[in-house]
Amino acid sequence: MSVRAQELEAPSPREASGRSEAAEAGAPDGFRDEALIAPVLTSTWRFWVMGAVLAAVALWGVNAYLVQFRWGLGVTGLNRPAYWGVYITNFVFFIGISHAGTLISAILRLARAEWRRAITRSAEVITVLVIFFGIGSILIDMGRPDRLLNILKHGRFQSPLLWDVVSVSTYLTGSTIYLFLPLIPDIAILRDRTTGVRHRLYRLLALGWTGTPRQHRALEILISIMAVVVIPIAVSVHTVVSFVFAMTIQPMWHSAIFGPYFVAGAIFSGIAALILAMALIRSVYGLHDYLKPIHFNYLGVLLLVMTLLWFYFTFSEYLVTFYGSEPVHMAVWWAKIAGPFAPAFWTMVACCFVIPLVILANRRTRTVAGTVVASLAVTVGMWLERWTIVVPSLSNPRLPGVAAHYFPTWVEWSIFAGAASMFALLYMGFTKVFPIVSIWEIREGRDAAVREVVERVRSYLPSGGGPVEGRAP
Amino acid sequence: MSERAKGSQRWGMVVDLDRCTGCQACVTACQVENNIPPPSPEAAARGRAIRWMDLVPYQEGEYPHLKLRLVPRPCMQCDNPPCIKVCPVGATTKGEDGIVAQIYARCIGCRYCTTACPYTLRYFNWYEPRWPGDLGQALNPDVSIRPKGVVEKCTFCHHRLQKARDRAAAEGRPILEGEYLPACAEACPTRAIAFGDLDDPGSEVAREARSPRAFRLLEDLGTEPKVYYLREGEA
Repeated sequence: MSVRAQELEAPSPREASGRSEAAEAGAPDGFRDEALIAPVLTSTWRFWVMGAVLAAVALWGVNAYLVQFRWGLGVTGLNRPAYWGVYITNFVFFIGISHAGTLISAILRLARAEWRRAITRSAEVITVLVIFFGIGSILIDMGRPDRLLNILKHGRFQSPLLWDVVSVSTYLTGSTIYLFLPLIPDIAILRDRTTGVRHRLYRLLALGWTGTPRQHRALEILISIMAVVVIPIAVSVHTVVSFVFAMTIQPMWHSAIFGPYFVAGAIFSGIAALILAMALIRSVYGLHDYLKPIHFNYLGVLLLVMTLLWFYFTFSEYLVTFYGSEPVHMAVWWAKIAGPFAPAFWTMVACCFVIPLVILANRRTRTVAGTVVASLAVTVGMWLERWTIVVPSLSNPRLPGVAAHYFPTWVEWSIFAGAASMFALLYMGFTKVFPIVSIWEIREGRDAAVREVVERVRSYLPSGGGPVEGRAP
Repeated sequence: MSERAKGSQRWGMVVDLDRCTGCQACVTACQVENNIPPPSPEAAARGRAIRWMDLVPYQEGEYPHLKLRLVPRPCMQCDNPPCIKVCPVGATTKGEDGIVAQIYARCIGCRYCTTACPYTLRYFNWYEPRWPGDLGQALNPDVSIRPKGVVEKCTFCHHRLQKARDRAAAEGRPILEGEYLPACAEACPTRAIAFGDLDDPGSEVAREARSPRAFRLLEDLGTEPKVYYLREGEA
């Protein structure tokens, strides 16, 4: 609903005309969006330094995993009863981040939010890349990664883990197609501007795109179909991720609102990740003219909505448990509120609720810098949320006589840092192969969407009183 | 219970807490019988010890009316086991004899069963197993050694059932009461651990399981454990 309301504001005549003037003024040889192509074709020394740093951290993470592979999961801090820890937290966290892209992009497309044009690509890339780290976290957590194929050979559908396998792989496939389709016209642009190996790669990927009206129509239809298809898939993904916990009878896991709670949390952390990525792209590649404060403002409003939704779910979850007061549930409850997990829990509340609410509810602080601070808080807070779901329940088993304190070791932290760095590295790499802001969609917005939106708004209004319907230009 | 084939047994255990002295003979017998390496004190302190049979202190009430109970705790061998439901590869199964088994060669080490077990009675091999000194030379040839990265658990000494079954089949008779006993029941000096067929109305376990003193752990969860306890304070 809020999306629709904002969309009407977005291409206000003042802004739209200002944008095209600026673009036309600085257009060399008729190519208006040179700033979007430049990062693909040229790299500064800073790119290589940053890439080298990230690669070093990623290699350190690989090294840590090799240590674990050699000696076993004993090198982690895991124990009985805390059988799951950082890796499972990361699995939920990374899959959650993946909801940035596909879901938000699809919703904005279907809602015809015109301000989406500059941001959908950067969102969709997050999804496709981060899913690999979600799946990777599960593989890293396995005691016997060499027996991975047993999941296909002996897979049992009664296990929620199999639901995850099916759902996440469908999601990865769908998201990849959904990322690739809108890339085709941009790949064709790059094909026409490059030579050598790159040219051959782009020619292959462009699938013979020449931009005929027929091709455009086919592309629009396919994108629309995929936008509709990926939404239920994305919702199912985080629902079944939550089912891994909710289907057991462990205290404070066995909850019926876990599905929607996890989906809301996923979109929440996804928007935060998207804002961070956009802010980085904007400052590193100088795309201030494409990723404007208005984009951060609108995403900030969405983040605010999710902040409130997150609080609503969290409040319900903890109140219901408290009021019911079952001893085994209360043991976990107190461990989070005032026990060993209290620091993580209250930091989470501050990061997921207090900080974003204060910043985002105020129009004056809902700036680029403001939304970035709020997004950083939300990203940290949502990791802690997953942590305070996974570990406290396991650390407080029903029966006494099983107690051990779990804290991650250097291996787990290194793998976490390595995974985050590798993700950033791949994201950087993507911007060097494909434009991170969709060129053709920006052009289409400039050429056709302004007129379309004016007509659309007109069609919302009663026909009497204004210009007679049918005679509009 | 319904899926039980006709004529087969439902193996169960009854632990009489009045008879138990807390000597831990059952714990040691289990470790030796099932090739479980003794954990180092550091590993035990970190919650890494594997004890299929464990003596667990239960604290009841509050000071000054405090009571400490020592409870021998093997796998509960649930008739409705939460661990089996969640295994993604079918590496844990319940056979006709009602015993919950673990297929070490298939387990992928995801530890979903260990988190789903409400009794926390499943164990993971954090490292490759290692025995101090030459203890590794004296392993039980009937029990396979678990590699690193897989889950394991009490099997009611299933290998002993197989032997007893073969012997009975060769002699063309049913398994006699007391012919098949897990190592813990056999080792108990006060005979606190009774073991047998819960479906044989005449067996000791069936009689004791119907005693008014009998209870099971976390009975309200509906897991239907086949390990019963007899409450203290009668003798």
